[in-house]
Amino acid sequence: METGLPHYLIVSALLFSLGLLGVIARRSLLVMYMSLELMLNAANLALVAFSRFNQNLNGQVMVFFIITVAAAEVAVGLALIVALFRKRQTSHVEDLASLKL
Amino acid sequence: MPQFTDLLFYAFAGLTLLFGFLCVANPLSRNPVTSAMFLVLTIISMAGLFVLLHAFFLAAVQILVYAGAVMVLFLFVIMLLDLKEEDRRKLNKTAVGLGSLAVLGLAGVLVRAMLAAKPVIAAGSKPVEGSTKELGRILFESYLLPFEILSILLLVAMVGVILLSKKDLK
Repeated sequence: METGLPHYLIVSALLFSLGLLGVIARRSLLVMYMSLELMLNAANLALVAFSRFNQNLNGQVMVFFIITVAAAEVAVGLALIVALFRKRQTSHVEDLASLKL
Repeated sequence: MPQFTDLLFYAFAGLTLLFGFLCVANPLSRNPVTSAMFLVLTIISMAGLFVLLHAFFLAAVQILVYAGAVMVLFLFVIMLLDLKEEDRRKLNKTAVGLGSLAVLGLAGVLVRAMLAAKPVIAAGSKPVEGSTKELGRILFESYLLPFEILSILLLVAMVGVILLSKKDLK
């Protein structure tokens, strides 16, 4: 069977679900953050597949922007995690249940 | 007789999903470094899928920016924070089970929707190639303003990160 748009979309959907599983099941802030990156990548894959099969490059430009924004987001997020760790000596979400530092 | 590109698709898709699974739910290790390494492998397999979709520039950017820059940042932070107690923690079995069930349901719904949908494929015109030249033209003609805004966003993120990393926020 020739690979078409549905194949790529299914891989993307499964990858997104895996990322969601990571966010739900894992309790370490860093691993949860990595799972978020996985979900972002799944969206990228869907966009590139749509772009290819609709013969329109706009989707790929969108992915380019998403990758750049994700890089900025990772930098800020990791800085926040480091700041939090400095204050509380933990990066485990169950220890970070209080609103006040 | 399946074509070679189809075989490559199944290989890369399988690798992407396998490494993705090992990244989020490795049965052997709960070490964040292991997760990070498997995330790098996931991203590299996904770059293979991008090449199969003729998005060559994005495949290169994926490896350079994600596997290169972002994951190195992740590893730096993992090494910076000394995370030893993660392995000793007990997992909340009910929470993990219920979460997996919910995620499985979502995956089922998504896959059913993808299979049921009949996406309209644009016919006629020549298939697009995601080469640097084509992408650069469209980026600097139609998307010039978003591109410039993005550079400001990167500057803001940089200043923010420097401010956040200072010892005392004064």
